[in-house]
Amino acid sequence: MNPDAKRTLRRLLIAVPVMFAFGWALIPLYDVFCEVTGINGKVFQADNADKLIVDEGRPLGLQFISTNNENMPWIFKPSEAVITISTGQYYTATFYVKNTTNKKMTAQAVPSVAPSNAAAHLKKLECFCFEQQELMPGEEALLPVKLLVSDELPENIENIILSYTIFDVTDYNNLELTNHHNENDHHHNGHEMESSL
Amino acid sequence: MSVAIESHNHDDHHHGPAKGLTRWLYTTNHKDIGTLYLWFSFAMFLIGGAMALVIRAELFQPGMQIVEPEFYNQMLTLHGLVMVFGAVMPAFVGLANWLVPMMVGAPDMALPRMNNLSFWILPFAFFVLLSSLFMEGGAPNFGWTFYAPLSTTYAPPSVTFFIFSIHIMGASSIMGSINVIVTIMNMRAPGMTLMKMPLFVWSWLITAYLLIAVMPVLAGAVTMMLMDIHFGTSFFNAAGGGDPVLFQHIFWFFGHPEVYIMILPAFGITSHIIETFSRKQLFGHTSMVWAMTSIAILSFVVWAHHMFTVGLPLAAELFFMWATMLIAVPTGVKVFNWVATMFKGSITYETPMLFAIAFVVLFTVGGFSGLMLAITPADFQYHDTYFVVAHFHYVLVPGSIFAIMAAVYFWIPKWTGNMYDERLGKLHFWLSFVGVNVTFFPQHWIGLAGMPRRYPDYALQFADWNMVSSVGAFLFGASQILFLFIVLKTIMGGKKATSKVWEGSRGLEWTVESPPPYHTFTTPPKVD
Repeated sequence: MNPDAKRTLRRLLIAVPVMFAFGWALIPLYDVFCEVTGINGKVFQADNADKLIVDEGRPLGLQFISTNNENMPWIFKPSEAVITISTGQYYTATFYVKNTTNKKMTAQAVPSVAPSNAAAHLKKLECFCFEQQELMPGEEALLPVKLLVSDELPENIENIILSYTIFDVTDYNNLELTNHHNENDHHHNGHEMESSL
Repeated sequence: MSVAIESHNHDDHHHGPAKGLTRWLYTTNHKDIGTLYLWFSFAMFLIGGAMALVIRAELFQPGMQIVEPEFYNQMLTLHGLVMVFGAVMPAFVGLANWLVPMMVGAPDMALPRMNNLSFWILPFAFFVLLSSLFMEGGAPNFGWTFYAPLSTTYAPPSVTFFIFSIHIMGASSIMGSINVIVTIMNMRAPGMTLMKMPLFVWSWLITAYLLIAVMPVLAGAVTMMLMDIHFGTSFFNAAGGGDPVLFQHIFWFFGHPEVYIMILPAFGITSHIIETFSRKQLFGHTSMVWAMTSIAILSFVVWAHHMFTVGLPLAAELFFMWATMLIAVPTGVKVFNWVATMFKGSITYETPMLFAIAFVVLFTVGGFSGLMLAITPADFQYHDTYFVVAHFHYVLVPGSIFAIMAAVYFWIPKWTGNMYDERLGKLHFWLSFVGVNVTFFPQHWIGLAGMPRRYPDYALQFADWNMVSSVGAFLFGASQILFLFIVLKTIMGGKKATSKVWEGSRGLEWTVESPPPYHTFTTPPKVD
């Protein structure tokens, strides 16, 4: 093979791992893109939200929606379905959860905001969704979320929906220790649904 | 060449192929490997076609008659995977192997051993994929686009085999395209500048770059799936902080260039055939090159038009809509050039020309339905209906597959030294042409009427056109047996072909005898 061909070959052999890496780089790029644009309803934790407090904000409807991911047997619902808030003020809302099973379980709530261009203006100081919840059999709890809607919210938005989907992540935590995920996979698409609960 | 080899081949300085099975196992000859690719692709075409017929047989009437819904899903998935990765792509690689060295005046591909490897791992990839049919839980059942979480959380256990088979197919494609690029960039005959290169070579150069850019991304996507399934990561699992929509973004970043990978070589083939049978030089060679390059570049910025309904922001929907529509411009240039080449040409209608003209017309039909799908608000209605099925089958079957068949008829006299049976070839064309249109045209209507894709059953109002579509599918399927017969008959014998084969043929491959010697262009030809 002549030297020119070797050089072409070398370049192409470099291009392959570079494009493989690019495929993986799409994951952080996608997160950064969503953070910058506020799309996908992703809410990011607020830092120094204090400066966002204003004396007189405008009134706003804030609706809470709770959804159980399939196979998640807990009771999960907002204490109040709708509250009226004012922009630039802190509010604390709570969600009621109860582990209805006879097993210790771990849950993870994943938030989403609609409309999506409101997501960037909804700042959370505390949220149960920042960490996992572990409840004993039959245990119940009130989970708080402390939030503020910035005064810079676009004028045309009069209502915001904050929705949470709660997932059963017990298996995921066990997986780190045991390694029976595969068996659970069978259950997911097979017949013994309750064993994966 | 060593003395030992010389002594075994007293009569022939350019020693011929080895005998028996090892010739094919160990071959590093581009013509042998091209042949292997083409036969492999034809076998996969029949297997994928049989799966399509299972699907169409089930859809012949509403209600469940023949297969279980679970098996229907497996057929649907494997049909797509086998046709895309097993039939269309290897067929084009086979044509590239046969034709690229002969068209640029090179003695062989640049990396002959890697060429052998890139072919011989393919049968194993498809053995792994198809063996999943006999595994517990059945074959992959999540559609050829394998969206997470269907392909992760809810996948059958055989998904791991699917992932490895995709890895192998990807490795094969990457090696194949590296070979094509190194050959084209470094082994052209003296005097053949880039802009003098035949369009099939150009189309493959661009395709190979696309493959190198996106096959590794696909490998990344299936690796993420593998990790989600077995190693407890959550790339695509919302519970662990991942996002299933991310899968669609990564998949279609691969997937959209992939659909152009399956059509660009067809553009090259069609250009050669149309100029030959119009007995005119191709109109706008340079603009053809630029059109293909623009299509390839645009293919990287349109992926989200497959995902208009996932909840993209308005700005993104508008961007992807306009970017997609922009592709119609270079595509329009190509169609215009083909028509302009035929304009005032002395056209004859041999089988390859019939397939090529059908390609231009029917691919344009598929292009127009693609434009309809590109309109975001309209796509909200069309999404996941049979209209989409009709669209991509129009660009792939009378598009890519017709171009491959046209190429086989066009170059088989060169490959075998025998002319094919023109009467049977024309019969094959008309049966395929009628079959394709009867199968897929009604799917536009049932799609617009709201029939969703990927279901084994449907509402009663879609019954009539589904029945018509199934009849067409069996006609198309059966006529491919005729194709096999014609090819075999041509290999066995027939009217001897001249070197030039066609009256209007142009290009270096027509300067060597038919069939070409085992080694061609050991001394590079001079191109003016």
